[in-house]
Amino acid sequence: MNETKYMNPYLAGFFLGLLLLVTIFITGRGLGASGATKSGVVAAVSSVAPAHAADSKFYSEYLKEHDDSPLKNWLVFEVIGVIMGAFISGLVSNRLSLTLEKIPTVSSKTRIITALIGGALFGLGSQLGRGCTSGSALSGMAVLSTGGIITMMAIFGGAYAFAWFFRKLWLYPGGK
Amino acid sequence: MGPLVPDLIGNELNFVVAILIGIAFGFILEQAGFSTSKKLVGLFYGYDFTVLRVFFTAGITAMIGVVALGHFGLLDLSLIYVNPTFLWSALVGGLIMGLGFVIGGFCPGTSVCAAAIGKIDAMIFVVGGFLGVFIFAEGYPWFETLYKAEDWGNVTLFDTLGTSQGIFAFGMTFMAVGAFWFTTWVEKKVNGKENPELQPKKLYLGLGLTLFVLGIATIFMPERRTELLADAATAVSNQKMDVTTIDELAFRLLDKDPKLQIVDLRTATEFQKFSLPNSTNMTLEELFGKDASKILSIKNKHIVFVADNEVDEKKAAYIVEELGYRNFSILEGGISFFKKEILEYKPAGEPKTRQEIDTHKFRQRAVKELPALIQNAKKGAAPKKKSTRVIGGC
Repeated sequence: MNETKYMNPYLAGFFLGLLLLVTIFITGRGLGASGATKSGVVAAVSSVAPAHAADSKFYSEYLKEHDDSPLKNWLVFEVIGVIMGAFISGLVSNRLSLTLEKIPTVSSKTRIITALIGGALFGLGSQLGRGCTSGSALSGMAVLSTGGIITMMAIFGGAYAFAWFFRKLWLYPGGK
Repeated sequence: MGPLVPDLIGNELNFVVAILIGIAFGFILEQAGFSTSKKLVGLFYGYDFTVLRVFFTAGITAMIGVVALGHFGLLDLSLIYVNPTFLWSALVGGLIMGLGFVIGGFCPGTSVCAAAIGKIDAMIFVVGGFLGVFIFAEGYPWFETLYKAEDWGNVTLFDTLGTSQGIFAFGMTFMAVGAFWFTTWVEKKVNGKENPELQPKKLYLGLGLTLFVLGIATIFMPERRTELLADAATAVSNQKMDVTTIDELAFRLLDKDPKLQIVDLRTATEFQKFSLPNSTNMTLEELFGKDASKILSIKNKHIVFVADNEVDEKKAAYIVEELGYRNFSILEGGISFFKKEILEYKPAGEPKTRQEIDTHKFRQRAVKELPALIQNAKKGAAPKKKSTRVIGGC
């Protein structure tokens, strides 16, 4: 398969910055991702166990803000767009393929478990930090939000601090 | 004036906008290589700094843009969503996310991208994300204390540090460019060769330099509000302003002049107690906002600023003049003068000249008719609608 090269990172960053600026200008808010996960969880719980959702503070507060449906949220629509956009990009650059990506020294089972744990930690952390890399760190930086910039430094600082302990997941002798 | 939602773009259309923005977002992330965990974690092992480059370039570009749009009055910064600061949850949440990043190899946005092009590990990461939010939701009572501790409100870092917005934006740009240079050096050391994606070098050096120059320019873009408010305080004494006399205002009120729009600068409590017909209450700060721009930019309306004294009126007039509006004036002597001479009119002595007689006659009529108009206006007044900050975030 002939994959095309990735875009220059500065150019991609410049485009991403312009997009973020346009987003703020039009909607008054930045980009995001983990908020859609929250909507999904609230929607799932409130349809499976409505009594429990009404009881619990976390769900009921969210449901109060979204009186139509918890899925009728800006970020849910945005993430639907992200899936479409990434798919189009993969298509034009010849990068569509169903693979479990990992280094040879890591077993598939390990990769699946680490992906699940990593996702769960990110999901949990993004709720506590009121946003993830996109919603809090990137968009927060654009509007110079103190909290956003603290979260950004904590994400990257934390990742560097923990990186050494998990190096075997990503590095192997003679390659990476 | 931005943001365009909810006035120019309704809430329903906003969802369509969301999808379009999402498409662009996903496309750019995938093109940048954010759809592979190997590239993402490269940042933490020193062999690939793509994430840092894309992230900081984007952050700086948008930041400079926001500062500039605010400076030129194209975006009402008081209406955009500034992520709230809760110190401890931001720190702890960030650290947990950092841990998730090196274990899982993605962050939420990038995992969605990678899943969209078929990465199974990314799909599992997305599932994990749902699990994590679910754990937080179920354990919310337990997390709540930490979640709500040290609430600093929607503060910006230049407020917190006490620097000016421009200096701060410049500092961020400076740091980012430094980081770009440093990481390129580290990357070369680790990989033993130059990153092929950074070619041709000249083009990107130029791009970096442009960004840097723009960053410097932000120093000269102080936040407009602070600057003009400070200027207004010193500029008023020697400024010549259009003045509406109290009789002229009274006449226009009696005449129910549809072109008249009074902007009352007194406090909300004073305004509640007593206000003139066709008036709206606004503080000096609010003159910069989107709500004010809606009123001030109506064609054919003549704005009369009223306040306790002429000094406050002049400040407002100075600000709106600087903001580019033209059709306005200030009320002679302030609202107390209007009250004393018109609403509580008592002739000082026998009017002698022709003009004094005319004024006397007119004021006698005004004393009789105006109170009723004021009463009626108060009854019919709709409660003031205020644009509020967009609620965003994850």
